[in-house]
Amino acid sequence: MFIGHFTERPYQDPKSGYFGATGKSIKDLTLSNDIYDPMLGSELYNRYLDEKIYAEEMGFDGLMLNEHHSSPFCMGSTVNVEASILARITNKAKIVLLGNVLPIWDDPLWLVEQLATIDMISKGRLVSGWVRGTARESVAHNSPPAYNWERFQEAHEFIVKAWTEPGPFRWEGKHYQYRYVNPWVRPYQKPHPPIMLPGVVSRDSVMWAARQRIPYIMLATQLEPTRQSFEVYKETAREEGYEAGPQNFGYLWKVHVDETEELAEEVARKFVQGPSNPFNAGNEGTANPALNKLPGITSRKRTLPTAQVATANRGGQLSRSFEDQVSDYTIISGTPKTVIPKIRHVLEYLRPGSVFFWDGDGAMTHDDQMRSLRLMGEEVLPAVREIADELGLDSPFEVDPKTGEKFDEIESDTSNEIAAAPGD
Amino acid sequence: MSGDSSTYKEEEIAIPEGKFTMRTSGSGDPLLILHGELGFPGWRKYHQKLSEQYKVMAPSHPGYDESDRLDWAMKVSDLAAVYLQVLDDLNISNIKLVGFSMGGWLAAEMAVMDPGKFSKLVLVGPMGVKPEEGEIYDLFLNLATDFLEESFLNPKSVEEYSLIRPDEPSPEQEELWEVGREQSARLAWKPYMYNQTLPFLLRRLKGLQTLIIAGKQDSIVPVDAFRIYNESIPGSSLSLIDQSGHRPEIEKTDDFLKAITKFLS
Repeated sequence: MFIGHFTERPYQDPKSGYFGATGKSIKDLTLSNDIYDPMLGSELYNRYLDEKIYAEEMGFDGLMLNEHHSSPFCMGSTVNVEASILARITNKAKIVLLGNVLPIWDDPLWLVEQLATIDMISKGRLVSGWVRGTARESVAHNSPPAYNWERFQEAHEFIVKAWTEPGPFRWEGKHYQYRYVNPWVRPYQKPHPPIMLPGVVSRDSVMWAARQRIPYIMLATQLEPTRQSFEVYKETAREEGYEAGPQNFGYLWKVHVDETEELAEEVARKFVQGPSNPFNAGNEGTANPALNKLPGITSRKRTLPTAQVATANRGGQLSRSFEDQVSDYTIISGTPKTVIPKIRHVLEYLRPGSVFFWDGDGAMTHDDQMRSLRLMGEEVLPAVREIADELGLDSPFEVDPKTGEKFDEIESDTSNEIAAAPGD
Repeated sequence: MSGDSSTYKEEEIAIPEGKFTMRTSGSGDPLLILHGELGFPGWRKYHQKLSEQYKVMAPSHPGYDESDRLDWAMKVSDLAAVYLQVLDDLNISNIKLVGFSMGGWLAAEMAVMDPGKFSKLVLVGPMGVKPEEGEIYDLFLNLATDFLEESFLNPKSVEEYSLIRPDEPSPEQEELWEVGREQSARLAWKPYMYNQTLPFLLRRLKGLQTLIIAGKQDSIVPVDAFRIYNESIPGSSLSLIDQSGHRPEIEKTDDFLKAITKFLS
């Protein structure tokens, strides 16, 4: 079992009167950054880095970061900068980027270089995930949405080649062209940092991940549609001639632990307060319908069972209350004693080899997060590892997601080779 | 958004990677009508009136409506070349070419590539050049319905408005608009709806009689873009129709027909 910690790093400004279920509602892409307070921003960036350091100390295997643009719900617009800092101020945990938004890079050689540098400085702790991004990412960087999927695939192929094949070489692709590829930085891990793919919506993406034998991480989706989406991966894997197991699957969801049941509930309710987050069912603010229809960003027909849920949430209806989310396990909160059996339920239902606990978000304070991290370290993580062992939930760092075979104990994190060209 | 199909003939024309829909009606000199960014708007009154004097040809461009998408086409000039080849293959020349909005841009690109093929050129509210004042309304960050509403100055007074922007669009109509937005995004996402070199290329139209028609109160394409077209095409005329937004052919049909028929005859 691989256990990671995640927060969107929200821009919390209680003084603004904006944001979330408790404040003035905002429509996505309509809030001016005129209200941005740099002093507050500085404090928050440092707070979130401090929390990552503590998460490592408390025994988390992975420090997960994500990237969104032009929106207060996530301050991580340059995920590689945060990852670079973590590379130097942490020592043991993997730095899991879920991930870089491949299609919005016009020059993916920067990614080749930046990520290899992070892998160097962290001494091989980088897990390099890719995403296609939400519509706001394409809008912010004016990346053509109708070519999002083509650019994703080509950038992936290019980056893996630049990491693994000696230069110089030329790349004459449809969307990217280079006449001299020879970066003077190469990844620490051989053949290259492991790659993961998170998502919620696209059937193309999950099938692609299965063909590449890349672990697929479902983000805060409801359990049954998540299971069904894993089935899509498994079916594709069978067509490819291999059997996908826990090492191929990951799941991220909201888990908060606290000292008493009362305090846990009070704080967990803050998941649906604070900056509106399109993924935060119950606190979406007002979605921008034009963003949901950004032309061509995903195939209008090829979506996953989870997409219906995801896009319904983005429709701006506060359709999933805190209570609803608690009742279907997409929010788990309580003392360690009550939280552990609920986590067991999720592990039994989905059988993921990697989990990411989404915590410290919404309107939660630094103290809220630190209490939860401490209790996780002291009681929850050891218990979850035991359950995972009992259920045979091996991570992609224990069992090779390409072959289903156990890695040797020593070099357990360096074998996620991508050899095949993407299909589709 | 189909019109009364009894008045025109609809057929499919084969091209190397697929086929596209062509509608024809009337007889006389060939008059090719190129639709804009959301696809064919239906057989409207202006189609009908023009078909009483000319052989009107009104296609759905590759990638729009039911016409097959050309995956390789990434620029408006790519579609222009496809159409020119089709016209060559059909052995049609001496064509009167009329383009609306993004279709006006397409018409301008076609004319620049092969001015001798056309006898007259009419650009109606054309996109395709970067205005020095103002910006072209963003179709990709707004809904198709918002775009259409913005396209009219006084929608309530417009007879065909409910055909262009129904109160409650059918799912089929919504899908056709999304198909159009997607294809337009494939061709013109960045820079948005213009070709930076087009004003210089337009000098090539010196010998082609050209009329630019636009609504005086167009809030989709800034009127400054029409000035640039007018100044870039030697000898061209600009006719601004008062009390009209971006769709003078719908909003002020009579004024539009008067201007275009006078120019074409």
